[in-house]
Amino acid sequence: MRYNAWQIFKEAFTGQTGWKPVWRDPEPKKEYDIVLIGGGGHGLSTAYYLAKNHGLTNIAVLEKGYIGSGNIGRNTTIVRANYFLPGNSEFYSHSLKLWEGLESDLNYNVMHSQRGLINLFHSDGQRDAFVRRGNAMINQGDDAVLLDRDGVRQHLPYIDFDNVRFPVYGGLLHPRGGTARHDAVAWGYARGADQRGVDLIQNCEVTGIDISNGKVTGVQTSRGPIRAKKVAMVAAGRSGQVAAMAGMRLPIESHVLQAFVTEGLKPVIDHVVSFGMGHFYISQSDKGGLVFGGDLDFYSSYAQRGNLPMKEHVMEAAMTLMPMIGKAKVLRSWGGIMDMSPDGSPIIDRTHVDGLFVNCGWNYGGFKAVPASGWAYAHLIATGKPHDTAARYRLDRFTTGRGIMDEEGTGSQHNLH
Amino acid sequence: MRITCPHCGERDRREFTYQGASEIMARPDADAGVSAFADYLHLRDNPAGDTRDMWYHDPCGAWIVVDRNTVTHAVTGSTLAREGRT
Ligand SMILES: Cc1cc2nc3c(=O)[nH]c(=O)nc-3n(C[C@H](O)[C@H](O)[C@H](O)COP(=O)(O)OP(=O)(O)OC[C@H]3O[C@@H](n4cnc5c(N)ncnc54)[C@H](O)[C@@H]3O)c2cc1C
Ligand SMILES: [Zn+2]
Repeated sequence: MRYNAWQIFKEAFTGQTGWKPVWRDPEPKKEYDIVLIGGGGHGLSTAYYLAKNHGLTNIAVLEKGYIGSGNIGRNTTIVRANYFLPGNSEFYSHSLKLWEGLESDLNYNVMHSQRGLINLFHSDGQRDAFVRRGNAMINQGDDAVLLDRDGVRQHLPYIDFDNVRFPVYGGLLHPRGGTARHDAVAWGYARGADQRGVDLIQNCEVTGIDISNGKVTGVQTSRGPIRAKKVAMVAAGRSGQVAAMAGMRLPIESHVLQAFVTEGLKPVIDHVVSFGMGHFYISQSDKGGLVFGGDLDFYSSYAQRGNLPMKEHVMEAAMTLMPMIGKAKVLRSWGGIMDMSPDGSPIIDRTHVDGLFVNCGWNYGGFKAVPASGWAYAHLIATGKPHDTAARYRLDRFTTGRGIMDEEGTGSQHNLH
Repeated sequence: MRITCPHCGERDRREFTYQGASEIMARPDADAGVSAFADYLHLRDNPAGDTRDMWYHDPCGAWIVVDRNTVTHAVTGSTLAREGRT
């Protein structure tokens, strides 16, 4: 069914009885051309672009839980293209362009809202760094506007400009940055892939990867063995476990990242605001909740929940930046498992096993990457060659040292990106 | 989450800084070759379950090897790094 205004109108008069399930619930077949391990945002977008761009549809996405149960349904939904290292810059720029056409492409409302993102700075040195970043963004063809203190005041009158420790000097505005509804992104890609014939198999955990003579031949799952000519790993926080099934150790350490949401409020925060010095960022969802977060808990973890010290830290940073937030009540908090790489940048590559591919290392920035990652991964799986926009996301950069992309310049410790 | 510093006793997690997996205790020999060092620096077992990792106790400066569970967050043991456990 194509969604349009007429359908909504018609259903309004017929008791909303005509809506159909958005995707099928098929039994796994014995064999596929391509099996994707992980039905998160990246797995689903990969399946969609394999079908749409390459005409490949004998594909299964194997998801151990339900669609949307991983990070794709846990993130704080920020979409931006404000990276500055070559490699990241062109990739995220491509992703933002795909976002801008996504709703009409998928015929699905993902509530993409380009409300503008402001990164605050608090010293001359930080200003210089943001000028440099802004120039890199403009050179890439994206948008960046340097705001002085009064410029920020026009956008964010409610923040504390004269905080003793972090007085606001200005901000870098990225007008095309914003948010999107995370679940809808998963659902939209799932529906698009399903409509093109891809099998989405939920409650199907991959427990082994079959390899014979250096070539992948299929997977073992909780719903039986499935043969496949190509197998693509795309399991985000669980990438280490999945790769271990193929005898690989990855340059990945899994960490928990928390997020928070308040009760629903009337519109009060119109932008995405990032207070880097306080490790704090915030936006307001369309339901009215203030959605905010901070840094990792900093120790490796597979528990989808975090501890109190980071909660306190995030609340303190919120109060420092915008004391008005003290009136809002926090409704709940949650955590997701991040696949942290040693340089903070992702990996989209082949592996040493013929027909086995790897996509991981999204750190806490993989939501905005969902369209471009799926696009590039699909290209790699279909053609065997890396896509131009993701050619630098090589696995071997950690062995050769060539092409390390440490956007934050914090060194090789996984939790520091 | 509370961690026991062998010098100072059981303390709140806030007093400690996480320093990565205890795999960094197993430094390759100087002549082990480039790829052994690249693996040492970047690759991780990254277990879901029992793990061992490095923590630094900020007040006393001790490097500690901590036994921990990455799924439950339970902390089950700790020794000084200079005792050489990996
Ligand atoms: C609190 C939080 C805030 C975030 N904020 C942002 C943000 O504002 N902007 C941004 O760009 N990014 C953000 N991120 C990061 C982003 O959510 C992730 O990088 C991205 O979602 C990861 O890719 P994915 O969607 O494919 O992952 P997931 O949705 O986690 O998909 C992986 C899937 O693989 C499945 N799986 C694992 N093992 C197996 C197996 N053995 N067999 C079968 N299936 C398996 C899992 O069940 C899971 O569904 C945030 C993350 C968190 C947790
Ligand atoms: Zn101590």
